[in-house]
Amino acid sequence: MTHLNLSPVRPSDEPLPDMLRETGGASAEFAHAAPRPMPEGTPIALSAHNVGAWYGSKKAISGISMEIAKNAVTALIGPSGCGKSTYIRCFNRMHEFAPHARVEGTILLEGADVYAPGVDPARVRQRVGMVFQKPNPFPTMSVVENVAAGLRFMGVRNRAEISDRVEEALKLAALWDEVKSDLKKPGIALSGGQQQRLCIARTIAVEPEVVLMDEPCSALDPVATLKIEDLMRGLAERYTIIIVTHNMQQAARVSDYTAFLLMAGDGAGHLVEYRSTADIFTNPHDKRTEDYITGRFG
Amino acid sequence: MTGQERSTFLGRTEGLYRRRKAFDRVMTGAMALAVVLAVIPLALILFYLLRNGIPGLSWDFFTQDPNRPGKPGGGVRNAIVGSGIIVGMALVIGVPVAIACGVFLSEYGQNRMGAFVRFLIEVMAGIPSITVGLFIYGLVVANQGHFSAFAGSLALAILLVPIVARITEEMLLLVPRSLREASYALGAPRWRTVLRIVMPTALPGIITGVMLGLSRIAGEAAPLLFTALGNQFYTTDITQPMDSLPRRIYVYATGPYDYWHEQAWAMSLVLVGIILVISLAVRALFGSRVTVRQ
Amino acid sequence: MAIDRLEHSQRSALGLKNRLKPGDWLFTAVTGFAAIVVLAVVAGMFLELTQQAWPALRAGGISVVWDTAWDPSHKVFGVGAFILGTLITSVFALVFATIVAVLVALFLVEIAPGWVARPVSYVVELLAAIPSVVYGLWGIFVLGVFIRDHLGPALIRYLGWVPFVDGTPLITGLFSACLILTIMILPTVMAVSRDVIAAVPRSQREGILALGATRWEMIRIAVLPYARSGVLGAAILGLARAVGETLAVTLVIGNSVQIPGNIFAPAYTMASVIANQFPEATGLHRAALIEVALILLAITFVINVVARLLVWKVTGGQRAVVQE
Repeated sequence: MTHLNLSPVRPSDEPLPDMLRETGGASAEFAHAAPRPMPEGTPIALSAHNVGAWYGSKKAISGISMEIAKNAVTALIGPSGCGKSTYIRCFNRMHEFAPHARVEGTILLEGADVYAPGVDPARVRQRVGMVFQKPNPFPTMSVVENVAAGLRFMGVRNRAEISDRVEEALKLAALWDEVKSDLKKPGIALSGGQQQRLCIARTIAVEPEVVLMDEPCSALDPVATLKIEDLMRGLAERYTIIIVTHNMQQAARVSDYTAFLLMAGDGAGHLVEYRSTADIFTNPHDKRTEDYITGRFG
Repeated sequence: MTGQERSTFLGRTEGLYRRRKAFDRVMTGAMALAVVLAVIPLALILFYLLRNGIPGLSWDFFTQDPNRPGKPGGGVRNAIVGSGIIVGMALVIGVPVAIACGVFLSEYGQNRMGAFVRFLIEVMAGIPSITVGLFIYGLVVANQGHFSAFAGSLALAILLVPIVARITEEMLLLVPRSLREASYALGAPRWRTVLRIVMPTALPGIITGVMLGLSRIAGEAAPLLFTALGNQFYTTDITQPMDSLPRRIYVYATGPYDYWHEQAWAMSLVLVGIILVISLAVRALFGSRVTVRQ
Repeated sequence: MAIDRLEHSQRSALGLKNRLKPGDWLFTAVTGFAAIVVLAVVAGMFLELTQQAWPALRAGGISVVWDTAWDPSHKVFGVGAFILGTLITSVFALVFATIVAVLVALFLVEIAPGWVARPVSYVVELLAAIPSVVYGLWGIFVLGVFIRDHLGPALIRYLGWVPFVDGTPLITGLFSACLILTIMILPTVMAVSRDVIAAVPRSQREGILALGATRWEMIRIAVLPYARSGVLGAAILGLARAVGETLAVTLVIGNSVQIPGNIFAPAYTMASVIANQFPEATGLHRAALIEVALILLAITFVINVVARLLVWKVTGGQRAVVQE
């Protein structure tokens, strides 16, 4: 697997207006400007309009609009530092957990604004789960307890129901066969790849609508990576999946739609191109996308 | 499950959510209340230290030795100088041992021997200061036949070691493993890695530990009662009984004279002031590095 | 892989057997010597105190631990009342200080923004440095007076139905000692808990937040369990300080050899009876006081053993090595 380490485009390389072409800038009718690569009539899980995010005074992403198809895998690709992770962390309001973090724009989850006043991030996160870059099982909990960690937020307290749901989640995460004999073992005693699938199980156990995956395989070896990629295809039948990856092959393998982000002259990530995965990899419209996916970038 | 059903599901948990949120608010309130509870008595102590202590401060207070009991006036020069000598000597004795101990634990402490030493250090940290005083009394004072400042320093050093050693170990273990591995990868031996890479990284934490230890022993009177004893007169001879601020505060606090009480407040103010100045100085010197530590 | 090798070298380093570089050998020896010094001090302390207390140990036997009569003029030296005094004051302080301290630590780490948390944290660190004897002075002249005039009468009025909440509040007494100890160990427990809680990785918090946890649930489910052995350690540090705390307690507890009949009665702790009587004691009286110190030492030892085992049980015998 190639790890592309590309330096960001400098302003002199590309004119800025061109950079913003696809995103439509801060159009008053941004709802129409949001790219919709999916066929007409496809249900939409999330739609983001003109989303910008800051860490203190540093702008990490700028004016990104996208509509995310339901029950599909959408990949965000782009070189390191282009704001992919920041962007998806806006979807479940995890971005604001960072110190001095700020978000602007609108994100609609099934039509409801997740940033509307009075909306509790905890409520949003029950519907939009997240798997992190490094596996982060809770070290004091067993495998079962890890998976069951979020169930109490759903009011699931019945022992039998908990163990049913845990089993189902572990099966969905393709981990059940490997851990069924030692469910009482601490979650951190598992291998890295198993830990990440444990975190996936933990996330889907609470039955979110959307699962965000922030470079879920970047800390894993190729075998574990393949397992998780297989898993993702299956999960898409039940969940809307958004995956951040800096690995283009991975995006090509697992996703239905792919968005390419790039850091612009202002240091913030912008959306360059967002189309179906088949299109973007075979027939990129934007020169920079083509350069990136063919490895001729920069 | 369709999105519609899931939304209904969230609707079903609305009551649960309200209870969770309410409990969250209650606990947030409890935390805020705890801050108030914690700060009030401590703020009061500082307030009374200033209010009752400042009137007792004077030139004589710092430059004179105590009058004979009952005769107002005089100062506590002997106690101020004595405290400095005793505590300084305790640091010289205790800090090297403590840091070496901390390094031992973090480097070689992942086995039974290490667990045992760690356990002993924990025990040592829990040893009441007054028993340490009695230990040194039996070991040094009773054998020599007289009280001495050195015995006092020895007692304080024993109190210092576990505090500083434990914190040193913790701080060394907090240093990311990748830093060590990078050093090992370059072929550096262990001692070099520890001294050049690990210790400097952990230095602010270790200094904080030494400060914590210092501030703890500087105010200790109990272990000095039967070791350095106290002295009505000025001396810098470490083989002789020597006065110290905390011990003189103790004596004056329980004494019958109003001017003693006033001087006890003033000494307390000075003692706390010295401790504050030292920590401020450390913070000024290592400020940026101390704040780097999250 | 690399880590395995590292662990292996760590294991073998102590054996000093295989191919250590001279620098490493010296390094191991120097740090190991420091560890031996600690060992010697702890062992020496038990030996020395036992030796000094021997006359009293031989005279009184084991029953002194529950005998409550202490009368030096008749050579009666029962330590029971002092043990009770220590137990009451330090358990009271441990419970209340730990609750408040952990809540404060959580507030500082999880809720307060940096510009609030940093100064408050700093103030807390400084306040941990206030000497025992200063607390004692403040305890007599400020807190004690407040207890006598306001807090004590109020407690009797509203909580008089609770056992032992009666009597006459004075400046000095058991309750003054309990309160001053609580205040004294608060900064210690708070500072250590805060550091431990701050050391919980962000990924742990995000992991539970991503499941829809509220802030308190994040604390309860992710932060406190991760930090629990450290918080327990913080509480133990506080308990150790409370049990051995001498001068502040000596100044405010009222110093009476009687078993206290209520929470406002004067009493003694083990440490305060030593501080108060040792200077005038001679002969068997002196040996008996050293015996009290030996018992105090043994009790702190037991506290630590129990605490250690607890920590081991909680962490499954594994040492919580903080990952990068």
